[in-house]
Amino acid sequence: MIIGLDVGGTHTDVVLLDQSGLLRQAKIPTDPADLFRSLFAALEAVTAGVPPERIRRIVLSTTLTTNAVIQGNTPPVGLIVSAGPGIDPEAFRMGEAYVCVRGSIDHRGREIEPLDEAEVRRAAARFRREGIRQVGIVGKFSVRNPAHELAIRERLGEGFDGVFLGHRVSGRLNFARRIATTYLNAAVDPLHRSFFEAVRASLAEKGLHLPLRLLKADGGNMRLEASLECPIQTVLSGPAASVMGAVAAAAGEGDAVVMDIGGTTTDLAVLIGPAPVLNPHGITIGAYRTLIRSLETLSIGTGGDSAVRVEDGRLAVGPDRRGPAMVFGGAHPTPTDAMAALGMLPHPARERACEGLRPLAARLGLDLDAFARAVVDTACRQMLAAADRLVEAINAQPVYTVHELKEGYRVRPRAILVLGGPAPYFAAALRAFTPLAVRVVPRWEVANAIGAALARTTCEVEFFADTERRIACAPAENFQEAIAPPYGLKDATARALALLRVKALARGANPDFLEMEVVEAQEFHMIRGFHTTGKNLRVRVQVKPGLIHGYDALLAHLSAPADPLAPRAAGEALPPC
Amino acid sequence: MLKARHRVGLVFFPAYDWAIHPQHPEREERLLYTQDQILEEGLFDVEGILELKPDPVVLADIQRVHFCVPDPWQVATESHFISAGGAKTVGMAVCEHRVDRGFALVRPPGHHAMRVVHGSRGFCAINIEAIMIEFLRRKYGIRRVAVVDTDCHHGDGTQDIYWHDPDTLFISLHQDGRTLYPGSGFPDELGGPNAFGTTLNIPLPPHTAEEGFLHALRRVVRPVLDEFQPELVVNSAGQDNHYTDPITNMNFSARGYAQLTEELGADIAVLEGGYAIEGALPYVNVGILLAMAGLDYRHVRESDYERHQIRQTAAVTEAVHRVCDLVLSCWQKRDKLREQVLARENAFRRRRRIFYDTDGFTETQLEEVTPCERCGGALRIDSTTDRGAHILAVHIPHRACPACRDRGLAWFDEASPKRFDRIVLQDGPADRYTVKAREAAGGSKGPSTHG
Repeated sequence: MIIGLDVGGTHTDVVLLDQSGLLRQAKIPTDPADLFRSLFAALEAVTAGVPPERIRRIVLSTTLTTNAVIQGNTPPVGLIVSAGPGIDPEAFRMGEAYVCVRGSIDHRGREIEPLDEAEVRRAAARFRREGIRQVGIVGKFSVRNPAHELAIRERLGEGFDGVFLGHRVSGRLNFARRIATTYLNAAVDPLHRSFFEAVRASLAEKGLHLPLRLLKADGGNMRLEASLECPIQTVLSGPAASVMGAVAAAAGEGDAVVMDIGGTTTDLAVLIGPAPVLNPHGITIGAYRTLIRSLETLSIGTGGDSAVRVEDGRLAVGPDRRGPAMVFGGAHPTPTDAMAALGMLPHPARERACEGLRPLAARLGLDLDAFARAVVDTACRQMLAAADRLVEAINAQPVYTVHELKEGYRVRPRAILVLGGPAPYFAAALRAFTPLAVRVVPRWEVANAIGAALARTTCEVEFFADTERRIACAPAENFQEAIAPPYGLKDATARALALLRVKALARGANPDFLEMEVVEAQEFHMIRGFHTTGKNLRVRVQVKPGLIHGYDALLAHLSAPADPLAPRAAGEALPPC
Repeated sequence: MLKARHRVGLVFFPAYDWAIHPQHPEREERLLYTQDQILEEGLFDVEGILELKPDPVVLADIQRVHFCVPDPWQVATESHFISAGGAKTVGMAVCEHRVDRGFALVRPPGHHAMRVVHGSRGFCAINIEAIMIEFLRRKYGIRRVAVVDTDCHHGDGTQDIYWHDPDTLFISLHQDGRTLYPGSGFPDELGGPNAFGTTLNIPLPPHTAEEGFLHALRRVVRPVLDEFQPELVVNSAGQDNHYTDPITNMNFSARGYAQLTEELGADIAVLEGGYAIEGALPYVNVGILLAMAGLDYRHVRESDYERHQIRQTAAVTEAVHRVCDLVLSCWQKRDKLREQVLARENAFRRRRRIFYDTDGFTETQLEEVTPCERCGGALRIDSTTDRGAHILAVHIPHRACPACRDRGLAWFDEASPKRFDRIVLQDGPADRYTVKAREAAGGSKGPSTHG
C-alpha cells in the first residue's frame, strides 16, 4: 500500500491506495501553525486499522519550506562568494553576512585569479563572532571547476551546522541563481531537518520504518536522506502534486493543459503526452530565482472564491479573494455564488448568493441570470486566456540550432484537465468557450494526494567534458575524472547515464523500471588556428517526471462518480479513467 | 535583483549546427563561450532583458534588398534566413516599443553582402542589417536611419546598398583598408551623387586602442549623428577590433566596447564579425549587453586584460586624430565637395570589380543612377561574373520620385532578355520583385512577380 499526503495551505489531502485501487481518502483542514499535527491527523484518517507492515511507501508534500521562505522565518546565512570579472557580485547580495572574496575561474574552468585564503578565514571568523550557524559558498563558474568552493569549504573550518556548496545544487550555469539557491538551502536546512526527523521518529513509533519520500517541485520524489543535501527542492511541491494527479488521468490524450482551480488561484501546467513540461531555468519563489528544477506553471488570481465587483461600469473577477463564497457563509459574491445562482452548483443557500449578486447586476443594468452568467464567463475566459499564454510562452522558448528552429516540437493541446475543489462546475462552464475537450480529473478533490503517491523518483545530471584540458566532470554529482583521447560524445553520454542511474537509485528509484533519457548531447570541435585542439562536450540526462510502474490497474479503477455535469450526448461517455 | 534602465530585447541565435566549413572561423563553436558567459552572469534573468525567439525572414524580405543570383536559396542557407530574422525580430520589438533597444546576437554575419549577391564575401551572404532596416521602413514608416559599423573590417556591403540613399547615413570605423580585407573604406568614399556625404569612412591605423575608438566616436560619429537626426540608429557590432582577435590587428577591449556602446546609444545592435571566441567574445558581448541595458559594466574584464599592454602609441593617436579631422571636414564641406563630383564626366556611372573571397570569383558591375535632387534615383546594374553569370538589375528606391520610378520601369521593360540570363526589378514603391528570365523570351512565359 502507498500513502500520498499533501499538506496544502488550506487543506491536507491524503490517500491510501494499492494496485487494486484507491482504498481510502481524506481531506482535513490544515493548521498553518502546526503542520506536524496536520500531517499526522491526516495519516490517522487513512491508516486506522491498517497493519503498518503493509504500507510500502509514504510520499509527502508540504508547504514547510515554501512558508519559511515566503514568510522569511529563517535563520541568518553567511555567504562567501567569489566572482571575478563580470557583473558586480554585490548585485546578487542575499542577507547581511554576504562576503565577496578574491579569486576567479573562467568559462572553461581555468583559474584566472587564485583564492585569497586570508579573506576566507576573516569571513569565517566574522560568521562565528556573529553566531551564524548556516553557511553557503558560491563561486562563479564553479560548475566548470569547483576547486575554489572546495578550498573555501576547507578554510572555513568547523563549528557550523549546515554548509552548502554552490556546485552541488545543479550543474547549470547561472551564478545569480546559484547564489540564491545555495542561500535558500542553507536557510531552510535547520527547519527541514528537524521537522522531518520528528516525522520519521513519530512514524517509527507507529511501526512504520520505511524510507520517507518527499515530493519535489518537478513532480518527482526523492528519499528524505537525499533532500537533506538540497532541502529547497521540496519547495512548491503542492502544485506539482496536483499536476501529477492530472497525469494519472491523462493517459493517451496527447498534449493537455492542466488547470488546478482553487479558491484564490488557478494553477496551470502543460503535459506533452504523459510528461509535464519542465521550466527551463528553475523555480521562482517570491523574490528568489533558483536553479531548482520545477514544472512550468502559471498561477492566476482567478478561482472559485475570487472577489466579484463592478467598477467603472465594468465587471471584474479577482485577482483577490475576500473570504469564502456567500453560499458558504462569506460576505462577498464570487464565481461560486454565480454558479449557485444559475443552478449549476446545487446548493441550499442559493438565495444568499442571489442576494449578494443582485445589487451588482443592477449596477450593470442586467438581470440576475445574465449577470451571473457574465461572472462565470469572465472567470472562464480568464482561465482560458492564461492557458493560451502558457502554451504560447512554452512555444516561444528560444532554441539555438537551425534544426530545432525549423523542426522543433510545438505544443498543441487537445484537452484541458481540470481538478481542484470546484472542478466539475467550472469544467461544465469552460466547455462553452473552448473547442478543446474539457475533462474533470477523477477524484479531483484528492488528485494531488494521488499524484504525490504515484510520482516516480526523478533527477537530472549535467555532464561536461573538455578533451583539450582532458577533464570530464559532473560537479553536482561530486564527479570529476581525467580523460584521454579518443573521447567522444558516446563516451560522455554513457558516463552521464551511468551517473544518472547511480543518483536515481540512491534517491529511491526502482532499478527495474528506470526510464532515463538524453535531453541534450552537444559536441563542439575546438579549433585554434587551423587545428582541432579538442572537443567540448555537453550532455544533460534525466529521469523525467512520470508515474511509478505497476499502477495502471488502479488508474483504470479511478472513475469519476461525482461528475454529474459532464456531457453525456450520444457516443460521448464519461472520461475513461 | 538587477533591473535594466533600458529594456533590451535580445535574440541569441548561435546556430550550433551550422558552419561555413568545420575549421572556418564562422563555425558552430563561435558563440559557445559567449553563451556560457551570458548564462553564468544570469543576464536573461535581469529584469528588462527579454530573450526573443527569432522568426526566419521570408523571401520578400531578402528580395526587397538583394538581387540574389540565381536566387536566394543558392546563395544563402537556412541559417542566414534565421540570422536576418533575428535582426528583424529585435527591430520589430524596438519599433513596437516592446523594448527600448535590441541586440541581435546572431550568426552568420552580413555586412559584406552587397546589393547584388552572386555568392559569399567575407563570411557574409545576405546583409542582415539592410534586410531588417528595409523591413522596418516598410512596416513602420521609418525614414531616416543611421548605421554605425564598428566591425574591424570595412562594411563594404552595407555601404554599397546605401551608397545612393540620402535617407541612410552609413558610418564605418575599421582597420585601414591598406592593411586588411576588404581593402576599401577610405575617407574619399562619401556616397553616390544623389546621396553624397551620407557615407563616411574612418579608417583607423593598426593597434588603435580604447582612446582611439572613443575619440572617433566623440569627434566624428556623435556630432554627425546629432546633425543627421536619424529616427533609428543601428550598430553593426563586429567584435574583431579586440586585442586578441586572430585575424585583425587592433587593441580594443571589452570595456572599451561597452563604453563605445553606451556613448553611441544605438537603438539596435547586430553582431557582425569577431573571432576571438574564447578570450574576447564572452566578455565583449556581456559588456555590450550591460551597456545597452544601462547597467554597470566596470567589472567586465578579459582574463588577460592588462591596460598598459594594449595602449596605443603616440603615432597611432596622431594618425587617429588626423583621419578623424579629415572625415569631419568632408562631412562639413559635403555640399561643396558634391559640386566637384557632379562636375566630373560620368558622375552618375561607375564600373567596379568585386571579389568574392569566400567563393573565389570576380564580378564586374556597370552601374548607372538617375540624377535626382528629390530621391535616391533609380539604379541600373549590369553585372557579370567570371563564372559566366550575366544579369541586369534595376532598383527603384522605396521613396523614388515619379520620374525616377518611370525611368527604372522603362529600363526594365526595354531590356532584352536575349542579352541577360535574367532581368530583375526591385520596384520599391510597389514593394515588388519581378524577374524576366531568358526562357521567357519565347513569349510563352511572362515575368514572374513576388509582391
